[in-house]
Amino acid sequence: MQARRGHAGSMNQSTPASGNIVEVENLGKHYGGLAAVADVSFDIRRGETFALLGPNGAGKSTTIEILEGYRDRTSGTVRVLGVDPQKGDIAWKAQLGIVLQSSAEAAHVTVREQVEQFAAYYDRPRDVDEVIAAVGLTEKSRTRIGKLSGGQRRRVDVALGVIGRPQLLFLDEPTTGFDPEARRQFWQLIRSLKADGTSILLTTHYLDEAAHLADRVAVIADGRLVEIGPVDAIGGAEARIPVVRWRDGAGLHEERTLEPAAFAGRLFAATNGEPRDLEILRPSLEDVYLGLVAAAGRLPTSAAETTGETAHV
Amino acid sequence: MSEQTVARPAVSTGIPALSRGRGIRLGLKRIGYEVRVYFRVGDQVFFTFLFPVVMLSIFATAFSTSGNVGTNPDGSGGISQGAYFLPGMVAAGILLSGVQNLATDIAMEKSDGTLKRLGGSPLPVISYFLGKMGQVFVTSLAQLALLLVVARVLFSIELPTEPEKWLTFAWLYLLGIVTSAVLGIALSSVPRSGKSATAVVIPIVLVLQFISGVYLMFTMLPEWLQNIASLFPLKWLAQGMRSVFLPESFATLERTGAWDLDVVAVNLLIWCIVGLVLCRVTFRWIRKDS
Repeated sequence: MQARRGHAGSMNQSTPASGNIVEVENLGKHYGGLAAVADVSFDIRRGETFALLGPNGAGKSTTIEILEGYRDRTSGTVRVLGVDPQKGDIAWKAQLGIVLQSSAEAAHVTVREQVEQFAAYYDRPRDVDEVIAAVGLTEKSRTRIGKLSGGQRRRVDVALGVIGRPQLLFLDEPTTGFDPEARRQFWQLIRSLKADGTSILLTTHYLDEAAHLADRVAVIADGRLVEIGPVDAIGGAEARIPVVRWRDGAGLHEERTLEPAAFAGRLFAATNGEPRDLEILRPSLEDVYLGLVAAAGRLPTSAAETTGETAHV
Repeated sequence: MSEQTVARPAVSTGIPALSRGRGIRLGLKRIGYEVRVYFRVGDQVFFTFLFPVVMLSIFATAFSTSGNVGTNPDGSGGISQGAYFLPGMVAAGILLSGVQNLATDIAMEKSDGTLKRLGGSPLPVISYFLGKMGQVFVTSLAQLALLLVVARVLFSIELPTEPEKWLTFAWLYLLGIVTSAVLGIALSSVPRSGKSATAVVIPIVLVLQFISGVYLMFTMLPEWLQNIASLFPLKWLAQGMRSVFLPESFATLERTGAWDLDVVAVNLLIWCIVGLVLCRVTFRWIRKDS
């Protein structure tokens, strides 16, 4: 599972073809008259970790399941490893790792039996015990899956997703039910997969997770793509202007400025001393995301203004 | 099932071809997995695996004082109630191990996400079916062995000694178990959820057992009910098993006064083909867009 040392810097040494591993153009999916996904286009480059963000019901899972071959699209073109998922055969599936949004049951087999079973489906699987260790289940490897907690079952799903050494890994809300420590461990696993050259498509509700893992993110709201770009650039420069916040006799004040330190200095001079509750905040991915979703008309604007997740400078 | 023919050269997209013969190899591997899981599910073991043994024990014990079946006018001869119902239990075991077992098992796997996950993996459909068929073979053979041992040892029921009887048993078993398994796979697509699977499947197999001469003597049933039962395979399987386990003289108790093994074979074969076609048409890893 570990990145091969000595090849530091050459992330793609095991991926022959360069270019895009996923290509989605004008994708549409309609149920009756209802459009679950409309006119969505994006590409994922080989070796890239790409996060698909959006509120519940925005069309993330529909999109990911179309890419996995589970659903048929209504319109548009989709290529995954150069193949239309509706025509993907078993050799194509062998190059994918899929972690679905909901776990499968398999209550009566042990962790190791299940991972070992799935390893056999692939021609070049990873080592079973290494994968179990990488998802932190070594001590539970002889426990039946039905006796595991929700978060531990989720880690079994992740183990099954990576056991086949996929070129492309789909992770649909992979860390739901993880405790903070398990989440950090999972991030470490994803980074090592990435260092091995695995391309990853991730959906998550944890914006800090997307910020930590993704190279680029796309935001979907109401079935439409509202923004796409590198994690540190989406929403544009405007959305990232720092906020200076302080309190005085008249209440809480906020000022958005590109020069927060200078502003704070002037504030210090003007208030003749230390301003109360002074904070300088840089909008996090979560703030930017909520702003984008609000702008797309899904949330009342007030929800986007302040969140507890702002990064402190 | 056409998906198994995947051995094709790597295409320019960088998708390597898979090794040959993996459909069979993985199918064999899945048999072990399936059998292990089968014996870990308590209600499956009781209601499918042990059920015929339990029913035979009840019949043999409850009616132990009701005298023999098929006695001569002078009260001599005949066989015990347990011996009379043994072939019915053998047929019921074959029905339960195929139809009830697979219909509920696969319906559950459909609803709990197992099939969706397998559908996203490179496991060929044929391997999945080989695993299920293998599980049915292994568990039903063990079930029948247990049933016959219990019948012989606990209830002193005479088992046939003629090799040709066992030959008949062998082909009836093979045809019966394959038919039963494919019908189970086909029936698994009827329940809309895993929870409703047993509610859909158990009444069907229970009614079939009552009208097909498993628990009640077939010729005691009203003519119209006999006609209905004759449409289904269990009646024929039970009749065939009676020809194996009952004395020759009992053929006169059959509807036509004979075992009619050729009619038995034709009826089972028709159901086998119907079942195969239904599986092929109805089985999907997932219902797309559900």
